[in-house]
Order: sequence, then structure tokens, then C-alpha cells
Amino acid sequence: MNVPTDLKYAKTHEWVRVKGGSATVGITDHAQHELTDVVFVETPAIGRKLKAGESCAVVESVKTASDIYAPVSGEITAVNGELAQHPELVNTDPYGKGWLFEIKLTQASDLEQLMAADAYVKQISG
Amino acid sequence: MKRTPLFEAHKKLGARLIEFGGWEMPVFYTSIAEEHLATRKAAGLFDISHMGEIWVEGAGAGDFLNFVLTNDIRKLRPGLGQYTLLCNERGGVVDDLYVYQVGAAEFLMVVNASRKDEDFAWLKSRRAKFDLTLEDRSDQFGAVALQGPRAAAIAGAIIVDGANPTTLRKNEVLRAGKWLVSRTGYTGEDGFEIVAPSEAIGEVWARLLEAGRPHGLKPAGLGARDTLRTEVCYPLYGHELDEKTSPLEAGLGFFIALDKGDFIGKPVLLAEKAAGPRRRLAAFKMAGRCAPPRQGYPIWTAGSAKPVGVVTSGTQSPSLGMGIGMGYVEPIFSAPNTTIEIEIRGQRAPAVVVAKPIYKPERLEKP
Repeated sequence: MNVPTDLKYAKTHEWVRVKGGSATVGITDHAQHELTDVVFVETPAIGRKLKAGESCAVVESVKTASDIYAPVSGEITAVNGELAQHPELVNTDPYGKGWLFEIKLTQASDLEQLMAADAYVKQISG
Repeated sequence: MKRTPLFEAHKKLGARLIEFGGWEMPVFYTSIAEEHLATRKAAGLFDISHMGEIWVEGAGAGDFLNFVLTNDIRKLRPGLGQYTLLCNERGGVVDDLYVYQVGAAEFLMVVNASRKDEDFAWLKSRRAKFDLTLEDRSDQFGAVALQGPRAAAIAGAIIVDGANPTTLRKNEVLRAGKWLVSRTGYTGEDGFEIVAPSEAIGEVWARLLEAGRPHGLKPAGLGARDTLRTEVCYPLYGHELDEKTSPLEAGLGFFIALDKGDFIGKPVLLAEKAAGPRRRLAAFKMAGRCAPPRQGYPIWTAGSAKPVGVVTSGTQSPSLGMGIGMGYVEPIFSAPNTTIEIEIRGQRAPAVVVAKPIYKPERLEKP
């Protein structure tokens, strides 16, 4: 399972890439592998303010709908429009073209609650 | 959770497991969509060992079954099976099942895993005056389904004692050694279902898997089994059917022999047929790109003040690449081409009622 070391991870299988005061968020390779066959992604509205842990997106596989949670508090500044036509990018490139949304951090300390790659690896192999 | 005799085989194949009807079953091995499409184009092999096997034997077996089941058992002969329903006195569905006449006075009922205990208790409580033995042998048997346009070419792998399953016609069943092979299935494709003693089912699975690989056969999980049956609008107990739903509402009138004499539920079903059901099962396709419909989503029409129905099954159709589903609606909204709306997380998405089946495999016949 691919778990890049430069990212941070939420228990609920979202990854976070921090750059300046913003974070890009997607679901992990492990999560996309568990879901398989992603057929639709519902992204949050731009401008929506979220608290860490709040449900804000839905990834639909053939089998079921899965809630995606904001890993950090902040405001949505961008969403991945590509996913409307190509939801399968979540499966084929979960850390790249399959990103879900970008969030402007309002509480940098939220990042401390997230896991490093090794801790996430431990969680998914446990 | 119970495990089928094929559990270790599934683990070796890397199956993702889920709970279903009290059983730990593969939901998929590689991907639901892949297994679905393999079954439509070539063949899929499914473990259906979770299903229950109830044997009814004796001089009164036929009369008893004709009293508790809706279809006409007199249409059977040794070597033939039929789809049928077990109804309660209110005309609600206790279970839907296949009954096979295996011998002159020997019948096998293959029932839903989640309903097996309920069915057995129901049958026992109503058998009083009939001369028969009733036995739940589910724990002694495993079963697999071989489905798809290449199924007949692959079925040669299970010729036992000269009994060739490819000579079977739709709904026929034969004994091959200790195995029972029928030309039946739950995907809309041609195919076979094989019931064998638990200790022998591993051999059936392995032989079919090996013989099928060159034809493009894939092991397929319950996920594909569900999307396949949804595309062809076969009902699933707990979705389209339950104790409060009549088979007439579900569009299963073909399997209710109202002309055959007394059976449980008949008076209610007769009255319902005369008056017309108060709701009907409609099949629909989503009109544009949106999230797939799911069980429980409300169905609306433009301008309705409240929902006119509810989704019973829904998914993204791997064959059609769009959201599809079934649901109960008020009869006036059940005609093909009726525009409806499916409420998905508070937003209504347009859909259109279509004729059943939603997807028609080349060889589709009645279940």
C-alpha cells in the first residue's frame, strides 16, 4: 500500500498536503483500495467553513456511499472539478489527480492531531 | 459469523469480506465492476453456499408445497424447478425461493440465507396434516453459481458419471453423482447452479475456476451479484420483498397461480388483484450524471407535496455506466417514460421510469 512520507493522515483515511496556510485533501491509497470502483464524488461548496472532523464530501463506489471528513478546520478554497467527469481518478491517482478539495487553515494546531505516515501504516495494518 | 466451505479459497484469492445474512462472504475479489462485466461478457463464479437447502420428502410433499407456495407445483416433474414465493396469510412475502422436484416425492427448496430459519419454522408450523419429512440440511451443503454467456462452454468441467449439465434446459435440474446441477441463476445470463455436499464443493469451485480461466471467467462476489440482479430487476428479499409486501406489488404475478386451488395468502392476493395493487415496483434510470440511487431514498415527482415512493435497490450500473434502481411508487407513476425525481442527500435528481429489465442480456429469460 502506498503511503507517502511527506503527507499527514487522518484516522478516517484522508491525506493532507500542507503548503503555506493551505491544505490539499484526498483519500488514501488504502481507502480507495477498500472502496474500489469510485463512480461519483460529491465535493463541498467553495467558501464553506468547516470544523475538523466535520463530514463534507461523499465518495460513492458501486457498492456504497462513504462520508469524507474535513481533517482540519478551515474554509474550502478549491475543489477538484476533474472528478465530475472522471471520478475514477480517486482510484487511479489518489495522491495526485484524485485530490478532493483545498482548505485554507484557520487553526494550524489541527495539524498536530494528524498522523505521520508511519503511524498511519500502523493503523491500517493493525 | 458463519463461514462457507469455500472461505479459505476466498482468502487465497484476496477477497474483501463482508457480513451478509449472518455469513462472512466475499463482496468482491478485485472490483465489483470488473466482476460484473466479466459475468456479462464471459463468466463469473459465485459462492452461494450461504443459501439454505430445505428438503421436503414424502407422499404429501407436493400437496404441502402447493399449499404453502404461490406457484403451481403441479407444473413440475422430476428434473424441473421453478421460482416461487412463500406467502403469509396477509399475502406478504415470507421468502422467495427456487423449488426443485428432485424425485417423484422429493423436493429441494433453495432459500435466502437471511430467511432460512424463518422459512423452516414457518413450514414446520404449517405441515400438520401432510405426510412428509421436512429437513433443513443447509449445514451439509455448499453451492456455487456459474453465470455468463461462456457458462455452457465451461460447464463441461463438471460432467460427473456421464451426467452432462449442458443438456439441461432453463430451470431443469439433474443429479451428477452427489451434486445437483440446475440451469438457473440470478444474473439474467445463461448459467448453472451447483449444490454439493460441503466437503465436495471445494472441488466444484476449483474445477470450474480452472476450466473457466481460459474463457475469461472471474470469481465474483456478492457486490457483482447484486449489481447484476439489479440491472435485470430480479427482486432481493429485504429490498423489494418483505412480509408486508405482496408479490403482486412486486410485479411477480406470473409466479402466483391463483387458479390452482387453496394456498396460504390466496384470498388476499385475489382481492388485491381485483382491486389493483396500491403501489407498484418501478425500474428507473437516472437522467444525468449524479450520485447513484440507494435503498431508502425518497422518490418524488415534480410538483408533489410529499414523496410518491421509495427506492428499494439502487446502484451505478456497470453495464450502462449510469445510476439505476427500483422502487415502489403509487401506480400512476409506474408507467415507463414517467419522469420522477430521486432525493439524494436532500437534493432531487431527475430520473425516468423504464421497462423491466433495465439492462437486457442477450439471453435473458424469466427468473
